[in-house]
Amino acid sequence: MSTTIAQNRSFGAALWDYLTTVDHKKIGILYLVSGGFFFLLGGLEAMAIRIQLIKPANDFVSAGFYNQILTMHGTTMIFLAAMPLIFALMNAVVPLQIGARDVAFPFLNALGFWLFLAGGLILNASWFLGGAPDAGWTAYAPLSTTSPGHGVDFYVLGLQISGAGTLIAGINFLVTIVNMRAPGMTYMRMPLFTWTTFVVSALILFAFPALTVGLFLLMFDRLFGSGFFDASMGGNSVIWEHLFWIFGHPEVYILILPAFGVFSEILPVFSKKRLFGYTAMVFATVLIGFLGFMVWAHHMFTVGLGPAANSIFAVATMAIAVPTGIKIFNWLFTLWGGNITINTAMLYSLSFIPTFTIGGMTGVMLAAAAADYQFHDTYFVVAHFHYVIVGGVVFGIFAGLHYWWPRMFGKILDEKLGKLTFWTFFIGFHLTFFIQHFLGLMGMPRRYWTFLPDQGLDTGNLISTIGAFLMAFGTIVFVINVIVTSVKGEKVGGDPWDGRTLEWAIANPTPHYNFKQTPLVRGLDAFWIEKMDGRKEMTPAEPVDDIHMPNSSILPFIMALGLFIAGFGFIYQVDNSAWLAAVFIGMGILLGCMFIRSVKDDHGYHIHKEDLDKGAGL
Amino acid sequence: MSNDTLNPKVMPEEPEKATLEGKNKFLGFWFFLGGETVLFASLFGTFLALRNSTNGGPSSQELFGLDLVFIMTMLLLTSSLTSVVAIYQMKKNNFAKMQAWLAITVILGFGFLSLEIYEFYEYITLEDFTFRSSAFGSAFYTLVGFHGGHVLFGLLWILTLMIRNAKRGLNLYNAPKFYVASLYWHFIDVVWVFIFTVVYLMGVI
Ligand code: HEM
Ligand SMILES: [Cu+2]
Repeated sequence: MSTTIAQNRSFGAALWDYLTTVDHKKIGILYLVSGGFFFLLGGLEAMAIRIQLIKPANDFVSAGFYNQILTMHGTTMIFLAAMPLIFALMNAVVPLQIGARDVAFPFLNALGFWLFLAGGLILNASWFLGGAPDAGWTAYAPLSTTSPGHGVDFYVLGLQISGAGTLIAGINFLVTIVNMRAPGMTYMRMPLFTWTTFVVSALILFAFPALTVGLFLLMFDRLFGSGFFDASMGGNSVIWEHLFWIFGHPEVYILILPAFGVFSEILPVFSKKRLFGYTAMVFATVLIGFLGFMVWAHHMFTVGLGPAANSIFAVATMAIAVPTGIKIFNWLFTLWGGNITINTAMLYSLSFIPTFTIGGMTGVMLAAAAADYQFHDTYFVVAHFHYVIVGGVVFGIFAGLHYWWPRMFGKILDEKLGKLTFWTFFIGFHLTFFIQHFLGLMGMPRRYWTFLPDQGLDTGNLISTIGAFLMAFGTIVFVINVIVTSVKGEKVGGDPWDGRTLEWAIANPTPHYNFKQTPLVRGLDAFWIEKMDGRKEMTPAEPVDDIHMPNSSILPFIMALGLFIAGFGFIYQVDNSAWLAAVFIGMGILLGCMFIRSVKDDHGYHIHKEDLDKGAGL
Repeated sequence: MSNDTLNPKVMPEEPEKATLEGKNKFLGFWFFLGGETVLFASLFGTFLALRNSTNGGPSSQELFGLDLVFIMTMLLLTSSLTSVVAIYQMKKNNFAKMQAWLAITVILGFGFLSLEIYEFYEYITLEDFTFRSSAFGSAFYTLVGFHGGHVLFGLLWILTLMIRNAKRGLNLYNAPKFYVASLYWHFIDVVWVFIFTVVYLMGVI
């Protein structure tokens, strides 16, 4: 695709291209743009929280509005920012890393994205329609079942729809990785980012349905008069907590494992060494994924499940620190004796190691059930999960973006601006959250709108807010970096980092069909092996031949639109049954599209081998 | 994919897995059923926690009888068997017989669904036992209703496939579709066996 062609295309054509695309590379960009947008939105909410807490007895925002901002900050960051940004990296990289031309279900891949976006828009529409959800990102019943207005309804419908998208994406990656690997790419030759994607997809598959059910029950209670969580009807609100955390704990591993994968790619490349203990890394990833399902009740130590349950879950939780520790040491040993290059991607990776270790340590402290009675619902917990989520997941996303930007966009992000972002973000992060450990230990409860003066909390909160401003500054610089790089950055070749894995074996920009000839994989770090044998390219596993590609389709977009409409119908039919029309129209659109998809054959098309060298198949 | 590769002279033994698309669909659908299992497990867990929370309303012992449910069970189990035969015919590339057995499957499925609707209708009108009467009522209708919704969806799906392909017969493009639809149907059947045990059998004793 030459740039002149791209520039000559009208805006409308480009828009249509993205609305109908089933190309994993473009879907990755869609995830990146929307996830990035929601990240900025969630950051804005975070700033409002920190400004409100900058001094005691502040009234920057009202108490009710604070609850909305707090709820939306958590919900947005987890479901609408972190998850899609991770999916952006997975879409951009995983098919390339396994030597595939596409994912297993290109159509469903697009559908997954549009469902996520529809859900995110529904959630945020609440701001303009009478107020956002205000029961916390955990939406505990009966707070959530009795919260007035429609806020929590938007939470339920928005998460339900975007959750369906996530589930689809998970299945897609599972099948892609099992079925579409290039010849020779055995499981134990897969790059670690692919491995973590694989395990994470399995976690999504087995964790999200519990959230689906929880959300259905909450929706039935709020909108259709059932009594699951209503004690006056014999219901039991602890059921929600179980369902939420059976999903919720695996969810935090869904977030962190891909970040582990990112670091496991970056550290070897910039240490010029193969990853230390590859087998142990794979083993630890799988074990973390497995144990992740056995620990959910550590979020419920204070509910009163009894000493037996608390002890079992405490021990199970602490056990996860073991495979995590294995990983930490393997990263350190990868660095040891390496020929280390320090650039922005590497700075994030290096700083991740101590930061995450602190988060893991506070995790083990929280896992001591008896001590958790003190920690629970204080800022200590807030500090813990920000150390793992920001210091782990967000650092991982930044690192991954710096590392794979040349693959996704053909340019290297500006290093000066990148380092400026890193240092302000890194220092700002520790300023914001380190002090929160102590605020928590001194008894400052989480989620409160304000605090009283002279209780030893004033200075700590001030420092925390100053740190937040530094983080915001760093984020803005990153946005500027993206703009500057797209305008002024220079195109680089296909392998700017002297990479080891297959995604670097392709020319820049990545052709539409990824690999002209499917590569033959001869070991771990497939591309590196070829380089060591003196070759510049992968050995092909097949002769040049016609390439089969999937057709693009507008149906995924329309299906998501249908659910979007139906979502509003469900929310408002309690006020006026005329809104049931929206439910029927929306669901009709959805089912109609499914019907069309089932009935209309879609065989895809072929790029003929004579055309392969010309317009990259466009 | 050209037309002759999808319509080979000799059909392979496992036409549902003969193409990459077919293999993907086959595996992806198994994964999907794994997710569905967690979904129903969550619903079962909720039901077990709430099955005695009758809130002064009718209890399962007062409500449930096994006669109707037994007939329903037989209908659904038989339909699972007939769908096995249908897929057996598919593998023998005997399209007409496959369609016939699928038709029987669909008829049995609709029989099941009508009886279920009749059962719900009786509970609501005669026993005043509704979705809103108690946590038990909510849990019962949600679990059994989710299953019923799956049955309905499965029936419409199989019917769509049958009608769409009636004229052109079997090929490597639609064989995986028939196959995963039948997998779905088996899954529904297995879930029903659990509902029969956990909801009805355990409910009457
Ligand atoms: C060694 C590993 C870890 C251990 C032992 C651990 C343990 C815990 C425990 C016991 C709690 C409950 C505290 C309470 O509410 O009183 C907790 C909360 C939390 N953890 Fe971790 N954790 C670990 C790693 C992680 C990771 C890797 C993430 C995410 C990437 C994470 C995210 C969270 C979140 C979001 C919460 C708070 C949820 C909420 O109540 O809103 N944790 N952790
Ligand atoms: Cu947890």
